[in-house]
Amino acid sequence: MMNIAEKEEALIDSFSIYDDWMDKYEYIIELGKDLPLISPDHKKDDNIIKGCQSTVWLHAEMKDGKVSFTADADAIIAKGIIAILIDVLSDEEPDTIVNAKLEFIKEIGLQQHLSPTRSNGLVAMVKQMKRYALALKMTA
Amino acid sequence: MALDLNHIRNQFPILSTKVGKYPLVYFDNGATSQKPRVVIDAINRYYEQENANIHRGVHHLSQVSTDNYEKARRTIQEHLNAPHEHEIIFTKGTTDGINLIAESFGKLLTDGDEILITEMEHHSNIVPWQMLVERKGLTLRYIPMTNLGELDFSQLETLINEKTRLIAITHISNALGTINPIEDIIKKGHAVGAKVLIDAAQSLQHMRVDVQQLDCDFLVFSGHKVFGPTGVGILYGKEKLLNEMPPYQGGGDMIKTVSMSGTTYNELPHKFEAGTPNIIGGIGLGVAIEWLSGFNFEDIQQHETDLLEYATDALSKIDGIKIYGEAENKSSVISFLIEGTHPYDIGTLLNQQGIAVRTGHHCTQPIMEFFDIPGTIRASFSFYNTKEEIDQFIKALEKAIQMLR
Ligand SMILES: Cc1ncc(COP(=O)(O)O)c(C=O)c1O
Repeated sequence: MMNIAEKEEALIDSFSIYDDWMDKYEYIIELGKDLPLISPDHKKDDNIIKGCQSTVWLHAEMKDGKVSFTADADAIIAKGIIAILIDVLSDEEPDTIVNAKLEFIKEIGLQQHLSPTRSNGLVAMVKQMKRYALALKMTA
Repeated sequence: MALDLNHIRNQFPILSTKVGKYPLVYFDNGATSQKPRVVIDAINRYYEQENANIHRGVHHLSQVSTDNYEKARRTIQEHLNAPHEHEIIFTKGTTDGINLIAESFGKLLTDGDEILITEMEHHSNIVPWQMLVERKGLTLRYIPMTNLGELDFSQLETLINEKTRLIAITHISNALGTINPIEDIIKKGHAVGAKVLIDAAQSLQHMRVDVQQLDCDFLVFSGHKVFGPTGVGILYGKEKLLNEMPPYQGGGDMIKTVSMSGTTYNELPHKFEAGTPNIIGGIGLGVAIEWLSGFNFEDIQQHETDLLEYATDALSKIDGIKIYGEAENKSSVISFLIEGTHPYDIGTLLNQQGIAVRTGHHCTQPIMEFFDIPGTIRASFSFYNTKEEIDQFIKALEKAIQMLR
């Protein structure tokens, strides 16, 4: 098992292979296909992340002291992005998630390259994941 | 005579911008237009050489500034063919103009009066009326729309009735491109004694609008969509009507005398222009309109019709495309969706290839509700756009679709 820093490093490496941003998007779309899908009974309005222009559903639950995320989105790029975030943050302890700096987002250039509204979406996704982690820690 | 596109494009510094390694293709003219060199130069010159407050000082710069501001008013008056220059009120933009009318003309309305708008209005021509109606117990009615995105006039006889006091209608739909038959509506409105407000936010950049020929009572537009600066716009109103209406905001410039016991209001246009206005905005808008009126509008329309037909043909060949807005009389705007893809994904991938389009509901949620869609991708052309740019757009779109499917 990799820790967060190692997972971030692996993603930075994967993205650095591509020079062209169209190729990076191709890769993001590819990653979206591996998204751990939210189960239908959790795909409800309560689980929609506010602040994204596309609709993104996110669910979190505790498994052996670690948070496990599942999600879905109606737009493919949003799906890829939430998949990347889940790749990094899933199966970690709540505290680790809450404190994660996620420097890799800047490193990859994701933030600059997503339109302002979508990068707000990215911020909203991260916030929501941390909020879930915090809530699960409280109830654990 | 055909337009000299090279010459026109060279006047817009921003059109040679690159987005990453791609040349910018600016197809978001419905949201705002780019600015020609003359407008940019006028703004610089003003701040470097002419800046002073207007209507207030006796000193040299204040007079230069006032002269230029008032000259802009006359340029706009001439362009619209308004009878009087004091019928040209400077505002912050279309939204501000509509709110002014809702607030001020709204004070003249009473219980039971009706306001009529359409299902294809921009939010800024819906919400001010909803707010007014709620405040004053009026009734707001909507002219419905057909599947082609044209207004459905089958109920018009009952919608326009003797209770109708105001009809507020867009000349051209920003989301669908539909050009509405406003002459007809104005006549039908006047026949029952209603006043008619034209939202010309999407029309003045494409065609010449003559307020006397139309005989509209109000007309509003935004500077930034007609090659001028942001934060400035125009409200044209018939003199008699503007005189009957109470002031909108209170402050400097709009008064004649102020004492502790009360205030008398200034005459038109100052009555509706409280406070220091967007001076450079007004001057810049005058320059933009003067520049625009130098063109032959038949040439502009011919070129834009060519662009619209060329793009519509090319888009129609794309598998799974659906175009929203198929009015017979349509301006150079194309709203569409591609089956099996999300508009934001398409918009993002187009942006990566230098193509600027708008995605979303375009501030017209009732239209999206009508078609039962969350939004569209919208390409909106200006007369500085070219067929080569459309080729680039189509190529980029095909690439995006291929990545997303
Ligand atoms: C038809 C129409 N009306 C009103 C507006 C509002 O204009 P502004 O935001 O400049 O006030 C727009 C701008 O998008 C428009 O297209």
